[in-house]
Amino acid sequence: MKGHIHSIESFGTVDGPGIRMVVFLKGCPMRCLYCHNPDTWEPGGGTEMTAEEILSQFQAARHFYTNGGITVSGGEPLLQMEFVTDLFEKAARQGIHTCLDTSGITFQPEDSGAVRSMDRLMDVTRLVMLDIKHIDPEAHQKLCGHSNRRILDFARYLAERNVPVWIRHVVVPGITDREEDLYRLGRFIGTLGNVKALDVLPYHDMGKAKYRKLGIDYPLKDVKPLEREKAVEAKQVILRGIRDERREKAEGHCS
Amino acid sequence: MQKPEWNGFQGGVWEKEINVRDFIQKNYTPYDGDEAFLAGPTQNTLDLWDQVMDLSRQEREAGGVLDMDTKVISTIVSHGPGYLNKEKETIVGFQTDKPFKRSLQPYGGIRMAEKACLENGYQVDPEISEFFTIHRKTHNAGVFDAYTPEMRACRSSHIITGLPDAYGRGRIIGDYRRVALYGVDRLIEDKEEQKATTRTIMYSDVIRDREELSEQIRALKDLKKLGEIYGFDISQPAKDVKEAIQWLYFGYLAAVKEQNGAAMSLGRTSTFLDIYAQRDLESGRYTEEQIQEFVDHFIMKLRLVKFARTPEYNELFSGDPTWVTESIGGVGIDGRHMVTKMSFRYLHTLQNLGTAPEPNLTVLWSTRLPMNFKRFCAKTSIESSSIQYENDDLMRVTHGDDYAIACCVSSMRLGKEMQFFGARANLAKCLLYAINGGVDEITKKQVGPKYRPITSEYLDYDEVMDAYKDMMQWLARVYVNALNIIHYMHDKYCYEKIQMALHDKKVTRWFATGIAGLSVVADSLSAIKYAKVRTIRDENGIVVDYEVEGDFPKYGNNDDRVDEIASELVHTFMNYIKGNHTYRGGIPTTSILTITSNVVYGKHTGATPDGRKAGEAFAPGANPMHRRDTHGAVASLASVAKLPFKDAQDGISNTFSIVPDALGKNDQIFAGDLEVELDLGTEV
Repeated sequence: MKGHIHSIESFGTVDGPGIRMVVFLKGCPMRCLYCHNPDTWEPGGGTEMTAEEILSQFQAARHFYTNGGITVSGGEPLLQMEFVTDLFEKAARQGIHTCLDTSGITFQPEDSGAVRSMDRLMDVTRLVMLDIKHIDPEAHQKLCGHSNRRILDFARYLAERNVPVWIRHVVVPGITDREEDLYRLGRFIGTLGNVKALDVLPYHDMGKAKYRKLGIDYPLKDVKPLEREKAVEAKQVILRGIRDERREKAEGHCS
Repeated sequence: MQKPEWNGFQGGVWEKEINVRDFIQKNYTPYDGDEAFLAGPTQNTLDLWDQVMDLSRQEREAGGVLDMDTKVISTIVSHGPGYLNKEKETIVGFQTDKPFKRSLQPYGGIRMAEKACLENGYQVDPEISEFFTIHRKTHNAGVFDAYTPEMRACRSSHIITGLPDAYGRGRIIGDYRRVALYGVDRLIEDKEEQKATTRTIMYSDVIRDREELSEQIRALKDLKKLGEIYGFDISQPAKDVKEAIQWLYFGYLAAVKEQNGAAMSLGRTSTFLDIYAQRDLESGRYTEEQIQEFVDHFIMKLRLVKFARTPEYNELFSGDPTWVTESIGGVGIDGRHMVTKMSFRYLHTLQNLGTAPEPNLTVLWSTRLPMNFKRFCAKTSIESSSIQYENDDLMRVTHGDDYAIACCVSSMRLGKEMQFFGARANLAKCLLYAINGGVDEITKKQVGPKYRPITSEYLDYDEVMDAYKDMMQWLARVYVNALNIIHYMHDKYCYEKIQMALHDKKVTRWFATGIAGLSVVADSLSAIKYAKVRTIRDENGIVVDYEVEGDFPKYGNNDDRVDEIASELVHTFMNYIKGNHTYRGGIPTTSILTITSNVVYGKHTGATPDGRKAGEAFAPGANPMHRRDTHGAVASLASVAKLPFKDAQDGISNTFSIVPDALGKNDQIFAGDLEVELDLGTEV
């Protein structure tokens, strides 16, 4: 089986723990306004590679990855779920740490066959980086072209299975930086028992050049990159939400 | 033999013979803790540093040089004492009678000294010029008396570049620790004994040994006088950490007063000095704050080492570098790591005094260094971008646990090994010579031998390789022989008296050659092998440009097809080097390490078959060519890591720049351990 690979970054330091090989897969159903990888949207194409080919590339430089592993990102990697499962199963057999960077948008809790396939993938996934783009369903629809229902379902599913998760949230000025939304996001995260880290990403516009190259209009022309201090503040609000949620839950248990 | 200054030290062989390593191994205290013990700068340190910053500003405004000697020839004892502020300095000594004044060092070559002065608006005293032109020969004059026309041609066509034939060769590290541990009298005694036991039939090498030993003894006597000039008696061992630093620094200062070498490195002093610091801390003689102050003042002095140099030299080695390299950490052969509190204190100067490229603080990195130290290094690197890292696990195998780095990557056992620095051969140009039958592609002169040129329109891999090997063999011969002349003359006219006085009698000499343009050649050969390379010729049939049709594997992507070409190239050239006679039994090594000069080498090299245009810069050191490593840093590093260290034991360098954000998450916005962050919040 072959996957459609957009590109491979051999020195990934921000997509999971340690130094990682990051495999970017082609294709994404989301059209997030701030997306900085529009060149991965189109499914198919790219370089076709087998899991073996990717793993042999990994093994050739394995000394660099002692405390890291492989991260599969995209695009939305779960559009090629079978391939990812094949890659992770083989990687797990070689003792490689596996991390899936996903939006969760393809999750279908109502389809038991699909859930079984997901179970199989989660058996060999050591960490999921879940990108919650907006906590409000309507705002999410506007931002990404889809509701966040499946994404939140996926988060709950991961919590039930107790799969370690890092939550990512991009803070875009005027779109995802409202204190109220951030706090609600925190409250939601607080209901999950499997979240190990919170990654608040300040919005940047380094993707602009790619849009120009692809001849696509950049949707957030007038939005300025977020200052780091603002991201620190956003993190504090989310943490407050998590704390409050947990405390109330604990108090509920005691009373 | 027990001296009162050694009270409290564990005895050993080091008491009976000059053996600093034994002293360190018996006495050092490995430190596994973190940086919490470190002390900030004292007011005196801050005041002195302000003064230095002010002088630096004046120097910049003056166009790069503040003051120069034009009459006084620099020797170990040529100048009276110089200070920044005598009341505030705890460690003293400058190269001349005041800071920021560059000394006059004509023994390497009088023309170089004159030019360095002239270009900076000074003029060497005509009497001195006359003396060193007519009455006293210099290293430079000696070399040009012996050079063959072929060597001169190679030199001016830049197929051999950066030869130390007009300036000091450097790359020799005196074991300056000996001054502190033994005191100068004991070192003189030892040298007298060496001189008394040379072979007795006066072959030329025995005569040379005896003459050199006499020079060394004289230099040691001068070293004692240098101490006296600053009010210290350094004939006896240092009795505390302050004296140990001062004694050691006098040794180093004597070296930089005597030699203007391409690289004047310090050695591996931190763990040695920590033994004194530890003893003083335990006895209550000095506090941590005082000890850090001594270290800060010592490092400050090392930052102020300056040489008079010409614009051409600065073009080759940009940034007025002195390569005062200090090697820190590493692991001992008994398995204990060699990180001490002093290792932290040295790195801490980057915070106390602010960041600086000199001294070149170099961590001998091992996977087995203590975690707290690794973290501290990482943190200091992020804040200062000023630490160099080298692979101790690799070098320890050949050099043991008391080696240090000279310049940027050359490893040598302290006091036991030295090197004959040999600049580099331009392998990219050599490939062009192979294609053009020895005709230089820029000057069109016949520089190399008239071997059969390649006449086909498209290049054939086997045919080119064949011709290239012949041309490399020729180049290796001319190169090594030019170096033989250079080092013979340097020993004769510009001998490093004090540095060699701080070596054993029997010294291993590394004959250090070098390679430039490795990635250009690897990619060129790969292009010829895996794509089609068409030659573009001038009216006389000389190939002046190349057109690459199709794609080819490029070095820097962890692709064996081309990486093996690169490795094989190093191995082959090294074998040709080894096939030559080397001066004074030097053991041939090679290095792949241009760090700044790659730009100049590229400028003097025509277009190459990899598609690189004429005059375009080479990649530095063993780096892949710029923008050709498209698979990220690990793939790029993995390609470099495949180069055989055994064939390039003088070092392989890879210049790696990265924006801090690409190295990992920022702690402020990344809650890497959610439970910890949540706890932190509730404490408020």
